[in-house]
Order: sequence, then structure tokens, then C-alpha cells
Amino acid sequence: MSTSLLLLIIALIGIGAYFAGRARSLTRSGNKLATLHSLPGYHGSYVAIWAVLPALLVLAGWLIASPIYIDSAVRSTLPDAVQSQGDATVQLALGQVKAVATGLNRLDATEIETIKDGSANLRETLAARGVALAGEGQPFMVEAAERFNAMRLYSRWLMSAVVLLVAIAGGLYAIRNVTARFRARNQVERVMLGSLVVASSIAILTTIGIIGSMLSEAGRFFSMVSPAEFFFGTVWDPRFAAAGSEGASGQFGLLPLLGGTLYIAFVAMAFAVPIGLFAAIYMAEYASPRLRSIAKPLLEVLAGIPTIVYGFFALVTVGPFLRDISAQLNGLITGNYQNFIQAQSVLTAGIVMGIMLIPFVSSLSDDIITQVPRALRDGSLGLGATRSETVKKVILPAALPGIVGALLLTASRAVGETMIVVLAAGVAARMQINPFEPMTTVTVKIVHQLTGDLEFTSPQTLVAFALGITLFVITLALNIYALYIVRKYREQYE
Amino acid sequence: MSEAAVEKALDQKMNTVPLKMIGKDVSVYYGEKRALFDVNLDIRENTVTALIGPSGCGKSTFLRTLNRMNDTIENCRVTGRITLDEDDIYDSSIDVVELRARVGMVFQKPNPFPKSIYENVSYGPRIHGLARTKADFDEIVETSLQKAGLWNEVKDRLQEPGTGLSGGQQQRLCIARAVAVSPEVILMDEPCSALDPIATAKVEELIHELRANFTIVIVTHSMQQAARVSQRTAMFHLGNLVEENDTDKMFTNPDDQRTQDYIMGRFG
Repeated sequence: MSTSLLLLIIALIGIGAYFAGRARSLTRSGNKLATLHSLPGYHGSYVAIWAVLPALLVLAGWLIASPIYIDSAVRSTLPDAVQSQGDATVQLALGQVKAVATGLNRLDATEIETIKDGSANLRETLAARGVALAGEGQPFMVEAAERFNAMRLYSRWLMSAVVLLVAIAGGLYAIRNVTARFRARNQVERVMLGSLVVASSIAILTTIGIIGSMLSEAGRFFSMVSPAEFFFGTVWDPRFAAAGSEGASGQFGLLPLLGGTLYIAFVAMAFAVPIGLFAAIYMAEYASPRLRSIAKPLLEVLAGIPTIVYGFFALVTVGPFLRDISAQLNGLITGNYQNFIQAQSVLTAGIVMGIMLIPFVSSLSDDIITQVPRALRDGSLGLGATRSETVKKVILPAALPGIVGALLLTASRAVGETMIVVLAAGVAARMQINPFEPMTTVTVKIVHQLTGDLEFTSPQTLVAFALGITLFVITLALNIYALYIVRKYREQYE
Repeated sequence: MSEAAVEKALDQKMNTVPLKMIGKDVSVYYGEKRALFDVNLDIRENTVTALIGPSGCGKSTFLRTLNRMNDTIENCRVTGRITLDEDDIYDSSIDVVELRARVGMVFQKPNPFPKSIYENVSYGPRIHGLARTKADFDEIVETSLQKAGLWNEVKDRLQEPGTGLSGGQQQRLCIARAVAVSPEVILMDEPCSALDPIATAKVEELIHELRANFTIVIVTHSMQQAARVSQRTAMFHLGNLVEENDTDKMFTNPDDQRTQDYIMGRFG
């Protein structure tokens, strides 16, 4: 029985259990709804939950555990000659056994016979059926594969039987509990609570898992390259990670990348903050509700544009434009039509990233400015202050902590932004202060180190994880600090 | 002269005092909805005028027309004529910012700025350029706080935030803030509704004293407060001015039945 069929049957049992529970609660109460502690629907849900949930848990457990068990059982039957050659060979053999097992299911009995007595080539026969083997098959593999198939089949039948039994038993147990005074409602509530807790723990556990994997890979990197060299190195020259070139070491200096990241983020913020903030002040303080209802969503459309599109924009429009205009300017002043702004440069990436950030700055600041109580505005206007005096002297100071928080959140986005800088900033890892020259960022280098053929044992690849964890720590610190400020600010007016 | 004697002298003068503001056929619309119907109400100089009436009767709306605070409300339209010393305040040549400096306002909820006490009071003089030197500002702050009866309580902590004061102190700070601009008229929109009885008593006492220098218009829900602090009372109902009279007469022998009912607590 396939897993999806099993799931369908469990679902049907669940639906049946629901109606059985409902009906039973009605009969137990003598059809008087008022005597029931919980509505019939809750009794139905209670029974359905008992029928479905334990069965699903058993099913999930079985699906996780049985492949592990079968693998180890098959592995232990592999010939000693294979087992003695170490883990990698055993893994390879096991992989082939599984491929053969898949293939055997597609062959008919006579073909299996010809393979067993050696009159047909295993690899060619299977290839004809669309199953590719990594190497020449060996006789022991066919045997192991047959054992594997048999165990899988047995496991499947056993699983179906056990799961269905659990479902029916659960339903019957629950339906016996249903009485007029039974608190089905509270039981359902507890299941709801449980599922909400599970959902949030999945999110948190995933985060912890990601951090854990980054940390362990970064740890492997730091066992090859010293942290001091990484964090304080000023040269980024990782060389190539070619197979067998393990002795060749590159230089993994973080500083040029970090410098580029912060520089580009700074240019972007310098561009986005004034524009975004002024837009927010206009939207919050001056715009009529009608205009605001049109203009604000329009501004926020900018936030919905995928960053790769901003990347094109930088690459094909802004970069060439800056390059050409700089050439013209240079020509007008010195007579030499040589551009002084490169098409890929800190300025290009900064401006385009700034455009991307405008809606973040304006939307967050707008929320914060509108949170400033109306009473403060009235107080200032009532004293004869103009609108802009009110904004400058009362509203912005009152909203300042919140705005700073919003800007920090935006900055952490700028630091972590990838696609725009990949296309617009260039790849040259160097430390310099001329915004018209290309620089590169941490994210760009992560992309570079992780594209192409990868070998997860060389520092050239593993450095991506060290870069990743550095970036993660920076943005996390910015976010936490920003949230702290924003929360503190909220308390002020609540 | 004793306080009672001052009171009496002022009361006698009352019918002869000049008019500070004149409202003629004032109507207010919020979008399609009409909130005030042709109100004719005069505000006498150096007098406390109380506006009373049940919730939603238009008394706050009328108050806010007097310094054009209604301008900040979307879709709000005012017709009719309101003059301040013979100047039509809705005339296009009037600078609304200057008007609000002449007609100050104190709000229902104390709304000190999140700044120091000193900066709260010096805010108005600073934007209107009423003082130049630090000494001038110091003097304005001190006299304003004294007029608001707050000086002795806060003189040692002028640099502390105004939001750290108690509710009653905050409201007196807001009055000091309004006084600092030297307005001619002070509008008060239920200034005591967020205060406890003791703080209320202090603010009422303060209103009494301010009357010597300012013309005051106060909106209140409390009959007792209107009777205690005002010399003239105007009763609003459903956007209409029902009756306007001397406070004494209003609370003992009103002309209009609706006033009688409201004061007796039969509705509202």
C-alpha cells in the first residue's frame, strides 16, 4: 500500500470518526443540545483527532526509522571484502544496491534469472530500463538488492497494518469517552495549543539548525585558516579550489570585503535616508488622505520589485549612464573624454540599492511618525507654530528613537543585500575610498565561492560559511539593537 | 482689596466691558455633516466664558473655530464671520500662525512636549522670536510658570522632562506654555477632564487669576466648574446656541427650558 493511499484512508477514517463522534454526543445527550458540555462539532473533532493524530505520528516515525533500519540491515550483509574498505566504499556499494533494487522492480522474472546466472549484463539490462548504475554491478549486489526489496515490501505492509490499527483504536478509544458532560471543547483547545507550539518551535529550531550548520562549517574553515588571518587580513585572494590542490593556500582577508560592504551600504543609506524620510514626513504630515491612499501604495510597490530587477537596472541603465556622463564632464573640463566613473562602481551599486531602500525607510518612518500622538501636533500648532516647525521641533524629536531603529533595520538590509551588488558593484576585492571604482562585498564573494563545482573540504569553499556567519552576526546585532530601540519607543506612548 | 471685592468690582464692570471676539452666523461642516448652525456668540474681554452642553453639541467645535484649529481637520468648512478686535480671522489676509499666537489653546489631555520643562515653556517664544538672549528667555519662563502657579514646584528641576510631572502639573505646564506667548485670548477645551479633584481645584484657581490678564473661553462638562470659574455661560445643544447669559442668571433662572433641563440633569 503506498503512503499516499494510506494517508487517504486515514483521512477517510478521520472524517468517519468526526461524524461518529458528533452523532454519539447527540445520542448520549438525548438530542438535547443544552445538556452537552461542548457542541457536537467539538466531540466530532475530538474523536477525529484521536483517530488521525496518533496514526500520523506512527506513520511519520515509521517512515523515518524504517529506511535507517533497512539500510543498516543490508549493509551488515555486504561481503567483508567491501566492508573492510572503509565507509566511503560501503556507501558507494549501498547506493548501487539501491539502484539495482529499483531496477529489479522493473524487470520480469525471466530477465532476473538471466542476470542471476550471468548470461546477461546487469548494467546494460538496467540501463535499458532507465536505471543508470555508477559502476559495473557485482553478483552480491543482486542478492542484497533482492533482500532490500523484500524488507521494504514487508516494512510497507507492516506499516500499513499498524497505522490503520492505531487509527481505528484511537477512534474507538475516543468515542468511548464521549458523554454529555465530556469536555471535548477543552481537549480540542489543547490540541490547538499544541499545534501552535509545534509550528513556532519548527521556525525556531530551523534557525538554530541553520546557525549550527554555518558554525560547524565555519569551524572547519577556521581549522585550516587562522581566525586572525581571516578577520584582520587585508588581502582577499583565495586562489582556485582545484581537486588535489589542497596544499595551495590562498589569502582570506575579510577586511576588503567588509570595507566594500559597509561602504556601499553607507552610500545607499546616504541616498535613501533623506529621500525616504522626507517622503515619510510628506505622507504623514502634509498629504491629504486621498493622495496618501494612492501615493503610499505606489511608493511601496518599489519594495515589491525583486532585487535582481534592480540589478539589471544598475547594470544596463544606471552604470552606463554614470560612466557616460562622467566621460562628458571630464571632456568638458579637461578636453579628455575619459570616463572617471566605472560602469560597475560603489556609486552605481549604492545609488540603486538606495532606490531599493527608499520604500523601507519611508514606510517604517511613516508608521513611527503617525504614532506620535495627535495631541503633540495640536499643542504645537495651537501655540502658533507652522507645520514644518512642528515637524522639526516636536514630531521628529519625539519620533527620533523609532526612526533610528527603522534606519538600523534598513541598514541591516543594505548590508545583507546580494543581487544588486553582484551585478553592479564589481568583483575586485580591494580597499580604497574612491566611490567611482568597483569594490566588492561579502555577499558577492559568498556567491562566487559557492558557484561552480564545489569541493566541501577546501578552504576556498568553506570560507563562504565564515563570511556567512560574519554577515549574520552583523545583521543580527543591527536587528536586535533596532528592535530594542523601537520597542522602547513604543512603550513611551502606550 | 480682598479677593471677593475684586470679584465684585469685576462683575459690576462686566456689562460694560468691550467685546474681544465676535462670532456672527458661524456654521461648521464636517464634509456633508453640519456641526454648528448659525451661532452668534460674543466673547467679552477679561472675562471667563464657559461653553456648556451635552456631548456632541458643538461647543468644542465652536471653541476650535476661534483660533482656526479646525483647519487641521480634513474636510472641515467654516462659514460666517468671526472677528478678533475687528479683524476677520477667516479673511485670506490673516496669517493663521500669528492668529494662534494671539489666541492660545489648552487641550483636554495635558500634552507637554517630550522635552524639558524649560524648553516646553520657551517653545512658543522661541518660534515667535519673542526673546533674544538667554536672560530674556529665563525671564519669560519664570513669569509664565509663575502665572501658571507652577514656578515653586518646578523651579529646581527646569531641565527635567515635562512628561515626568503629575497630570495636574502637566496641565498647568501646558497653560504656562500657552501664557508664554502672551496671547490675548486663551481657549481651554475641558482642561480638567483628565485631572483629579485637587489638581482641578488648582487649575480653576489659576483660571480665576488669569482672568486679570487674558480673555478666557473654557469648554466644560461640569456644571459646577462652569458656575465656579465663569462670568458668562453659553449653552449649546445639537449644534445650536441655546442661550447665552451671565453665569449667575444661567444657573438660577435660565431663560430657556432646555438650559433648565440640562442644568437640572434631565438630559446630557
